[in-house]
Amino acid sequence: MLIPCPYCGPRDSSEFTYSGDATVTRPDAANTTIEDWSDYIYQRTNPVGVHQDYWHHVQGCRLLLKVTRNTLTHEVSGAEIVGPWQNALKSQSQSGAVNSQNKDGAA
Amino acid sequence: MRYNFLSLAANALSGNKHWAKAWRSPDPKPEYDAIIVGGGGHGLATAYYLAKNHGLTNIAVLEKGWLGGGNVGRNTTIVRSNYQMPANSKFYEHSMKLWEGLSQELNYNVMFSQRGIINLAHTPGQMDTYARRGNAMRMNGTDAELIGRDEVAARVPGLDVTPNARFPIVGGLLQSRGGTARHDAVAWGYARGADMLGVDIIQNCEVTGFVFDENDRNKVVGVETTRGKIGSKKVGVAVAGHTGHVMAMAGLNKLPIESHVLQAFVTEPIKPLLDTVVTFGAGHFYISQSDKGGLVFGGDPDGYNSYAQRGNLPMIEEVSGIALALFPNASRLRLLRHWGGIMDMSMDGSPIITKTPKDGLYLNGGWCYGGFKATPASGWCFAHTIANDQPHEYNAAFTLDRFNRGTTIDEKGIGPVPRAH
Repeated sequence: MLIPCPYCGPRDSSEFTYSGDATVTRPDAANTTIEDWSDYIYQRTNPVGVHQDYWHHVQGCRLLLKVTRNTLTHEVSGAEIVGPWQNALKSQSQSGAVNSQNKDGAA
Repeated sequence: MRYNFLSLAANALSGNKHWAKAWRSPDPKPEYDAIIVGGGGHGLATAYYLAKNHGLTNIAVLEKGWLGGGNVGRNTTIVRSNYQMPANSKFYEHSMKLWEGLSQELNYNVMFSQRGIINLAHTPGQMDTYARRGNAMRMNGTDAELIGRDEVAARVPGLDVTPNARFPIVGGLLQSRGGTARHDAVAWGYARGADMLGVDIIQNCEVTGFVFDENDRNKVVGVETTRGKIGSKKVGVAVAGHTGHVMAMAGLNKLPIESHVLQAFVTEPIKPLLDTVVTFGAGHFYISQSDKGGLVFGGDPDGYNSYAQRGNLPMIEEVSGIALALFPNASRLRLLRHWGGIMDMSMDGSPIITKTPKDGLYLNGGWCYGGFKATPASGWCFAHTIANDQPHEYNAAFTLDRFNRGTTIDEKGIGPVPRAH
């Protein structure tokens, strides 16, 4: 399974650590019910087909990616960077700072 | 027809041409007293015990493919009851006791072989942990023995017990009542047993939806299938990896379950090398030798949500690496087959056998990758739950609401992740 890391290009899934379901959102700790917490921690939609999950590129750029993947075919249709680096990479990319070889490799 | 020496002799003398079919292939009736969705080991066992223990014989098992074509025919066949959490311990020990009489009970040889299971320890600290587990098991009435390196070496001659091993072996925890069984025979035996008691086993019949009472939308009154609507006031779902989307059809859109792929492997057959089950303690790996001679082994699931019945190469490399670390003499063996099955990984590693928020709908799932050994007790408890509309003491803790009540059964002690078993 190849994961198209936006920074490093397509890389083998063994370089990544799977970090769980990306469709669940952490509730606001200050203002939530026990049911919402329980849902966030335990309850999953577990879909057949297109799904989004987090993969951490531990043996690469170490960025956290949100990967769109088909659970029935293992086909990966996209990956985006999560967190503040998303914007940093965009501005770098515009100024041509990202290694062009890597950029070409990104699917 | 019961199998016995006379039937065997008579059929042998007539050229084995007149064996009766082991079960019928009936058309679905419009209404049953209970319907079990899923014709795997757990579903068939449930039907058998519903008929045998609770006298419900007007029941049907609906299977979308063929009987026993799912995980009951895709596992590494290990049977054990080496658990220490009280709820798991009671349940799996009950399962072990049912296994011990299963061939006689079903009049079908499930080839249950109590060849023992050894969990290897690679550090003194691990020996301490095993001593604790073994003591917990013995206090719960299960057998366990702590054995040293020399006894491990004597029991498993092919194992690398030298100090030069990648993870030197210092001992292990032995459950001598553990072992293996012929997985397909378990499905066939329960199917035949249930059929003889009048259960309709309907293959190639996929459930496509649930029917609810018009006046009470919370009450299940039947199922929609590819062979039409079938009525029943009690519907039990035992569909392993497909639990999520089957229960979604009944309106339970979220469950504490993720479906993951687990791979298993068989080598080409060799002469007897291993007459017990061995598990690795410095990673995750389990191995036994089948009666045909192949080494049967597996490791961790691939580690991501999947419904594809196949895995990826990194796990093959990891599992093979562990196999060779333990059994260097297997290095030139070729893999005959490897395959993947879809596991219903619960968020605490323990199963779910329970009533659901919908009246008349029951759920059996969350088996992670340890469902095979549980087959008899799972069916036994699920049948009790369906027949009495309340759980038996053995499965009372395996509820859906334990996750928001703070009463999870976290055998591995690693928190809310769908990776334990």
